[in-house]
Amino acid sequence: MSRVRALLHFVWEFVVGDDWRIALGVVGALVVTALAADSRLTAWWILPVATVGVLALSVWRAARVAR
Amino acid sequence: MTGAEFGLALSVFLACAVEAVEALTIVLAVGLARSWRSAFTGVGAAIVLLAVVTAALGPALTALPINALRVVVGGLLLVFGLQWLRKAILRASGLKARHDESEIFARERAAASGAGAVPAGLDAYSFTIAFKGVFLEGLEVIFIVLTFGANQHRVGLAAAAAGVAVALVVLIGLAVHAPLARAPENAMKFSVGVMLTSFGTFWGAEGAGAHWPGGDAALLAIVPLTLLVALAMVAVLRQRPDPDLAGPVLEEEAARV
Repeated sequence: MSRVRALLHFVWEFVVGDDWRIALGVVGALVVTALAADSRLTAWWILPVATVGVLALSVWRAARVAR
Repeated sequence: MTGAEFGLALSVFLACAVEAVEALTIVLAVGLARSWRSAFTGVGAAIVLLAVVTAALGPALTALPINALRVVVGGLLLVFGLQWLRKAILRASGLKARHDESEIFARERAAASGAGAVPAGLDAYSFTIAFKGVFLEGLEVIFIVLTFGANQHRVGLAAAAAGVAVALVVLIGLAVHAPLARAPENAMKFSVGVMLTSFGTFWGAEGAGAHWPGGDAALLAIVPLTLLVALAMVAVLRQRPDPDLAGPVLEEEAARV
């Protein structure tokens, strides 16, 4: 069991990394993009805007902690 | 070679060179401090395991339908790229210590020297440290090669770019017999973060069903815009440097100049 847990922990660290909010934001933005595209709305701008927002929030949060 | 293919090759080359530099530092440290034979055995074992992982993941990834592949790979690349970019921005703005191969080498070598006597046969310490270092860095290389390559149906090109990067770093490492501390690693990491984030954004949106204005040419706008946003964040953060961190970082930069 501890080996499974260790493996899961490793995969989490490898994929998600230091800030899980980034992964959550990306998944959320992809879902919104898919829903918008499915509704025949212009959807290409959603992911870039979300990417900038997620990055800014994560960097701002890390900077605040560092200071 | 198209622009997208050039971007693929450049991204993979830079990412793999960075990972190879980091792995080289670890192997050199245990090899010089303890046992070259055990360190190389660890490197060999890691390469075998990486080949197994590649053989298992590669066909599974390329078997996915193109849209599913793009959304999965795009999402993963985006998460990965944003983590790289976040760290690179914090390093460039002085809020996180810069990656210093000389310092890491000295630390690893001191730890290896203090890990007891070197046995006559296989040295478990050298084997394990070299194995872990190469496997973990290699796993990132495989991830980048497979995701980039599978998405553009150019696994061969991605693997070639990775192979050239790793071979170049190993050859230079063997020649100088020291960690590649003068490689512009922080700038390379910044570039890789920008490229992974840009390609992840492009493929992720396409996989989710969006259509980019201009098709593949949209990448020519996404990459520089991502770079500009990242540089703008560095500029904003640098306007308010932390008194405890800015001193050493600025001194380090001055010493490099």
